[in-house]
Amino acid sequence: MVATIAFYVFALSAIAAGLMVVASKNPVHSVLFLITAFISAAGLFVLMGAEYLAMLLVVVYVGAVAVLFLFVVMMLDVDFVEMKQGFLQYLPIGGALAALVVIELILVVSVWAFPSDAELARAHPSPTAAQTVSDPNGPTNIEALGLILYTDYVHFFQIAGMVLLVAMIGAIILTFRTREGIKKQDPAAQVARKREEGVELKDIPSGQGLT
Amino acid sequence: MDPFVVLLPLFGAMLAMPVGRLFGARAAELVTTGLLLVAAVLAWILFFDVALGGNARTRELFTWISSGGFEANWSVRLDTLSAVMLVVINSVSFLVHMYSMGYMKDYGEQSRFFAYLSLFTFAMLTLVTADNFLQLFFGWEGVGLASYLLIGFWFKKKSANDAAIKAFVVNRVGDFGFALGIMCIFYVFGTIQFDEVFAAVASDATVVPYGQIAGDHIQSLTITFLGNDWHALTVIGVLLFIGAMGKSAQFFLHTWLPDAMEGPTPVSALIHAATMVTAGVFLVCRCSVIFEYAPNAAAMVTVVGAITAFFAATVGLLQDDIKKVVAYSTCSQLGYMFFAAGVGAYGAAMFHLFTHAFFKALLFLGSGAVIIGMHHEQNIKKMGGVKDLMPFTHILMIIGTIAITGVGIPGLYLFGAPFGTAGFVSKDMVIEGAFAAGEAGRAFGYFAFVMGLLAAAMTAFYSWRLIFLTFWGPSRAPEEVRKHPHEVPNTMMWPLVPLAIGALVAGMAFYPNFVGKKSDDFWNGALYVNEVHHEEASDGHAAAGDDHYEEANDNHGAATDEHTAEGDHAEKGGHHVPTWVLWSPFLAMLIGTISAAAFYLRGDPLRPGLLREGGMIYAFLKNKWYFDEIYDFLLVRPALLFGRFLWKEGDGKTIDGVGPDGIAALVASSARKIVKVQSGYVYHYAFAMLVGIAIFVTMILIRAGGGQ
Amino acid sequence: MAEIGLGHFLSVAAILFAIGMAGIFLNRKNVIVILMSIELMLLAVNINLVAFSQFLGDLTGQVFAFMVLTVAAAEAAVGLAILVAYFRKRGDISVDDANLMKN
Repeated sequence: MVATIAFYVFALSAIAAGLMVVASKNPVHSVLFLITAFISAAGLFVLMGAEYLAMLLVVVYVGAVAVLFLFVVMMLDVDFVEMKQGFLQYLPIGGALAALVVIELILVVSVWAFPSDAELARAHPSPTAAQTVSDPNGPTNIEALGLILYTDYVHFFQIAGMVLLVAMIGAIILTFRTREGIKKQDPAAQVARKREEGVELKDIPSGQGLT
Repeated sequence: MDPFVVLLPLFGAMLAMPVGRLFGARAAELVTTGLLLVAAVLAWILFFDVALGGNARTRELFTWISSGGFEANWSVRLDTLSAVMLVVINSVSFLVHMYSMGYMKDYGEQSRFFAYLSLFTFAMLTLVTADNFLQLFFGWEGVGLASYLLIGFWFKKKSANDAAIKAFVVNRVGDFGFALGIMCIFYVFGTIQFDEVFAAVASDATVVPYGQIAGDHIQSLTITFLGNDWHALTVIGVLLFIGAMGKSAQFFLHTWLPDAMEGPTPVSALIHAATMVTAGVFLVCRCSVIFEYAPNAAAMVTVVGAITAFFAATVGLLQDDIKKVVAYSTCSQLGYMFFAAGVGAYGAAMFHLFTHAFFKALLFLGSGAVIIGMHHEQNIKKMGGVKDLMPFTHILMIIGTIAITGVGIPGLYLFGAPFGTAGFVSKDMVIEGAFAAGEAGRAFGYFAFVMGLLAAAMTAFYSWRLIFLTFWGPSRAPEEVRKHPHEVPNTMMWPLVPLAIGALVAGMAFYPNFVGKKSDDFWNGALYVNEVHHEEASDGHAAAGDDHYEEANDNHGAATDEHTAEGDHAEKGGHHVPTWVLWSPFLAMLIGTISAAAFYLRGDPLRPGLLREGGMIYAFLKNKWYFDEIYDFLLVRPALLFGRFLWKEGDGKTIDGVGPDGIAALVASSARKIVKVQSGYVYHYAFAMLVGIAIFVTMILIRAGGGQ
Repeated sequence: MAEIGLGHFLSVAAILFAIGMAGIFLNRKNVIVILMSIELMLLAVNINLVAFSQFLGDLTGQVFAFMVLTVAAAEAAVGLAILVAYFRKRGDISVDDANLMKN
């Protein structure tokens, strides 16, 4: 019962927050609603027993990505009100398409023939490590995930790391800029400097002084 | 020594241009002419060795093509037939080279001209010394190429280019037949070597056509051609003769020869009178075995030859261009040679070829001298009285004319030869041969005889008309030409002298060898006459066998002896030719001469004669029987239209339109349409993606629903 | 109320996905909101993956959701970096005018 109530609360808040992300006039509000939607989704994850992913969602998305959005939105000096103009121009087609997809997806869900536990057991007579999720005496979710993530899917894991690395380098390169007119050190130039370039010897005739 | 008689002109052709570039045109002329002189001397030595000494041989130089069962060698085949041709070609070619040194002085580009001349000589020598059909074909095409280059020598003149292309295209028709004939020979015999093919035909050997299982005796073999079964030898003979028709300008394929006179006059003398155009006659004589066993093909040769002799003579009657007159006369004389070969008188055909080379080259070179002397005027109606301006040329032309018209005394024999000019002796042999063949029941013998007589009369008429209009009577040339006429330089005069001597005495000198008593030894098997046809022996084929070849030759020798004997009025029976037949060519010549004199000597030479200008017959002859117009209407214009249709509609619209251009246009136009979709706005792409997702989901849903 | 099953979670995910789609259409001028909409759609996908994983008893789905999270984070970082660079260049972030690709 608690789970049912919790599901509806999280589901409704996620949908409402999603709507507001799209509809709000101020992008800052959009970001805040996005955070709300993520947190609600994390709640749904917990309900489904995927605790680790729920934590990841909160930490990574709320803590990093959403904040990054917020940071960019505030950094850019854009008249966001003006950008909302023509908002309703595409409402009919956008709404129609969205409605179509929703109806279709829910139609799929409603006619879905879910397999029973018995059928699942017949399909997988000897459960693998990946299928221990619903076993109350088995390892926890994080444990189970770790067991397969670092063994069966270790290459995916490493590729994910590479993707993040590339994204990081890419973001830095994209936003990097050299500014004119600021003083900087050039260590290479300093090291490569020779005595002949830095020191000049002059014969000074006595009694005439420097000119 | 044997190869050099062929190769020296090739060296000349290759040297002429570089030498001309390095040391001047005169050096190029001297090199080519000198090499030709050596070659001519060699040719005469070979003639005495091979033809008179009976020392026939074949020298294989190298293997040209060897592919599967097909083999073609490059050889120098020296028998009497090729020795005669060697003498004719090299002598005339040398004299023409020499003559050209004077003739081409005004025109420039002598190195190129002499290179072409020598190239032609080489190709012609390759042709006559071939010992297989492929080498013969190589030479055949080589002379065609040289002829094309030389007709179009003045390539800046449109008419010269047109004439060159016409000659080339018309020759293609014949060459197509010739090539088919060679393929047919290979198909039937599996070889293209002369010796093997001719021996097989003569001995009636069993041959198995390529790819067939069962063979048959060659003389009764039939092959399938154009969907019908034909007698194989007839097919081969007709195809070969079509080739000969093209090269020798016979009726239907003659139209290129008069136009070929656009080339320089020495070229006309060498190629279009003395040598190249006789290649067809040479071919028929070389393949005499085949024609002897293909009576229908031989009959076709006879008919076409006879018609050509008559037709060309009629056209020659009214031509005003001095070179055209001689050109049609050449055409007509070639007709004589062909019907002689067609009725089986191959010796007479070669004899006429031999003598004709002398007097026709003489006439052409003499005409060239007149043209040079008259400041490049070619219309004989604008000449007249040249006799006084160019007396030496006049005498030579008279000699040429009495040679071609055949002046002699019928019935008078000195040292076993008839007394008369070269043309008299050889032409009489041809006409008598036709009559004898007619008597012997050979197809179209009498027809050829009648045509030959008519043509002889007309030959006399137009030849004397040429002399009368050009040399005699009052001068009709413009004033400044008359004031500065000039006899041509010595280099142009001296070559004419040997030709003139040949035109006078060659007939008498070589009569015994070519057609007289010694002809059997002379030809030494190079020509073949199947006596079966002559004697109408129905059981002739029964004598088939290996020794039939020699036997037939023995018979031929006997028959020729008889022929000569009746010439000596020692009538022993056999092919008896009545006295009136002996006299008839002479009478025809007299009639022609007298009527020419009647029309063109009395009073105004331009006075309309028998045929009024503007009359239908006049126009008919003047326009050469409208052959050019008919061909233009029947072939050239439809071909042009068809070509234009194929070009514009077929190639341009269909192939290009649908093919490369069409695809290109399709790509371009569809790209132009598609490019509108590429608006460049990011959100358009995003929209498209999302719409795609919606369609995708819908599609899956419908498929899943349909599946249930 | 009936017990919460797979269908409920999938419906929530579908609705969130549709909202994201609509967001892209509606906020066609504001790239930041478009990026947020994409995040929403990816979140919907993640919910789907986790739901199936849970109800089919196969943890592979959660591993996949983990990968999607990673890619989404990277995408957000690079997208925002592009946005910043674009803004520096043009002084504007309206996608309306972003037709430089048009020839």
